Amino acid sequence: MNIATQAAHVGLDRETRTGAVTVPIYQTATFRHPGLGQSTGYDYSRSGNPTRQALEEGMALLEGGCRGFAYASGMAAITSLLFLFSQGDHLIVTEDLYGGSYRLFEKLFQQFGLSFSYVDTSDQEQVRQAIRPNTRALFVESLTNPLLKVADIEALAGICRDKGLLCIVDNTFLTPYLLRPLDLGADISIYSGSKYLAGHNDTVCGLVAVKDPALAERVYFHQNGAGAVLGPQDSWLTIRGMKTLTVRLERQQENALAIATWLTEHPQVGKVYYPGLADHPGHALMAARGKGFGAMIAFEVTQPHLVNRLLLKTRLISFAESLGGVESLITFPQVQTHADIEPETLERLGINNLLLRLSVGIEDKDDLVADLAQAFEEGDEA
Amino acid sequence: MKFATELIHGGNPIDPEHGSLSHPLYLSSTFAQHSFDHFGRYDYARSGNPTRDALEEAMAGLERGTTGLAFASGMAAIASTFLIFRPGDHLVVCEDVYGGTFRVLSTLFSGWGLEVSFVDATSLDDIAAAIRPNSKAIYLETPSNPLIKISNLSGAAALAKQHGLLTIVDNTFMTPYLQRPLELGCDIVLHSGTKFLNGHSDVICGFAVTATAELGQRLRFVQNAFGAVLGPQDCWLVLRGLKTLKVRMEESQASARKIVEWLKAQPEVEKVYYPGLPEHPGYETHRRQASGPGAVLSFELSSAAHTRRLLEGVKLAAFAVSLGGVESILSYPAKMSHAAMPPAERESRGIKDTLVRLSVGLEDPDDLIADLERNLNS
Repeated sequence: MNIATQAAHVGLDRETRTGAVTVPIYQTATFRHPGLGQSTGYDYSRSGNPTRQALEEGMALLEGGCRGFAYASGMAAITSLLFLFSQGDHLIVTEDLYGGSYRLFEKLFQQFGLSFSYVDTSDQEQVRQAIRPNTRALFVESLTNPLLKVADIEALAGICRDKGLLCIVDNTFLTPYLLRPLDLGADISIYSGSKYLAGHNDTVCGLVAVKDPALAERVYFHQNGAGAVLGPQDSWLTIRGMKTLTVRLERQQENALAIATWLTEHPQVGKVYYPGLADHPGHALMAARGKGFGAMIAFEVTQPHLVNRLLLKTRLISFAESLGGVESLITFPQVQTHADIEPETLERLGINNLLLRLSVGIEDKDDLVADLAQAFEEGDEA
Repeated sequence: MKFATELIHGGNPIDPEHGSLSHPLYLSSTFAQHSFDHFGRYDYARSGNPTRDALEEAMAGLERGTTGLAFASGMAAIASTFLIFRPGDHLVVCEDVYGGTFRVLSTLFSGWGLEVSFVDATSLDDIAAAIRPNSKAIYLETPSNPLIKISNLSGAAALAKQHGLLTIVDNTFMTPYLQRPLELGCDIVLHSGTKFLNGHSDVICGFAVTATAELGQRLRFVQNAFGAVLGPQDCWLVLRGLKTLKVRMEESQASARKIVEWLKAQPEVEKVYYPGLPEHPGYETHRRQASGPGAVLSFELSSAAHTRRLLEGVKLAAFAVSLGGVESILSYPAKMSHAAMPPAERESRGIKDTLVRLSVGLEDPDDLIADLERNLNS
């Protein structure tokens, strides 16, 4: 079945009593038992809830995994996966990763005895070089935040297989519509579902899909044990969002290509990072996958004062954190999403005081371009 | 302001823009900014959401703390609290702690190097004897689950202060209406808000409230970094549930007292555990630190056959896990709340296979008694 069909049908056909085509919201904490030693399959909603399960099964289906998991946030999903590891374990991580992940790794889990090496995961050699005897996993962003570096997941999963490492792919920027990491050999795919999967800037959630049943059982143990689960209403909203995943993303990436192309020609714009542009180093790899290039753009303005002007003068594009929703958003990574990373590291990576990140929504592309054009013009920034 | 009034008006001011008496439900994952370097109070909903804030402020007020934090489940609140400790730290924990808490301590956190001693927390001497140089906290549930044991909170808090430890109390069974551990010198109060606080068996949620702002900041860091936060719709439902906390607790507690008296007279009932009974060993301690015995009781039946008949036969009390809802819930600790504990551990803690726990809801107590009677004496 095509992914567009799978996505449209998430949560369908579950309710047999009334035939309702959307899954009911089971707003219940607990479930009555038919008898001693018997269960309906549900006993307590932290351990399992039918609405959340519809989302989790949908996620597993879209990802080609054996099992899906829904969490209270993307960070709750990542934390719950880190619970798989123990003191002394080492992980290799994408260097320009989301600042919240970096904060979690460095400020919380390092004190619990995990260590992390940060490398450019678009370079397989750097990943190989970073492997130590105590390395247990690779945590890679398939398309990085915010610099949009493209990782070759198939090759990296191969390295992980050879070296006995878990391959965990944060696929938030691509979604299963553009890349299915488990098909390429990864063990776990992980999402901030708040972004493209829910897609409407209205739900905070995290999603995980796992390939192997034994690993899934371990992931479940910590989902239930630490209890960072997604509530039934947010699960329902995420299901609702996922139904339009493919149509949204199609329009978003079409808009993104138009805007990125326009930006490259703008005199007040320096570098433009968008894998859909032919000169982007990851262009060939993503073009070969044949699904598109996503809808995230990073770009440098030529003067620092233009950052402020753009953030405050755009009218259709909101100045806000997050991404992936139907509304376009603009962000200043250095002080917003990546504020927890050391300044020297940010500078080295290119996350500087000129860099802006654009999450392109489904508005009309001409309106978005016009909004950016007027924002660049000198005038009344507040 | 008295408690009943505080529940209706505390921490939940009338919306200044439209006058809405009920707090608006903010279903937004992100918030637009108006200044490029001075962000507003809200930027991303994991870090803060106005609906969640209203609930967190209400909880901080009710527990007389400085900082309230809402989590995706009681276990998420508990696991997030354990994350403020470090490998090599040691905790002194009451031995009949909730099975889910026992599970994370004995698997996840022991793997991360957190050391734990389980003690009979009804004895301050036993608690004191377990304290080591690397101890960092005393963790208590009182009344405990399911054996309704009572720990002396101000005594434990004083002991903790003497040794530079934190006192952490799971206050799920009591709620701040009946017991306020921070006023007794404890440092962190935890809740499965799923239970009496929300009270309608329809939301999974957890809370932490800290006595000091400094401790509040440490937990806030973990809440944001780990991200096991409560969603806005669930927050809104809990705000709604909180308004009836006092009337629900009073009614359930009155019914629980009546049911306890009846149970004591039944030949099939071997033992009743309830802190409102003068013969309960913790009666005096509980009376000093809480304003009522609450609405959860446990009892032991004379045989496994009686136990099964009761659990499967009752009609009004749902045979289910959880507690603290408007519906009475009868549960079987050996196979439910404490199933995560190995049988030998369970037995040694006195949780027998003939023990049942009753959480009394808002049904008429005479109807509940008639239902129990039909299934005990048939």
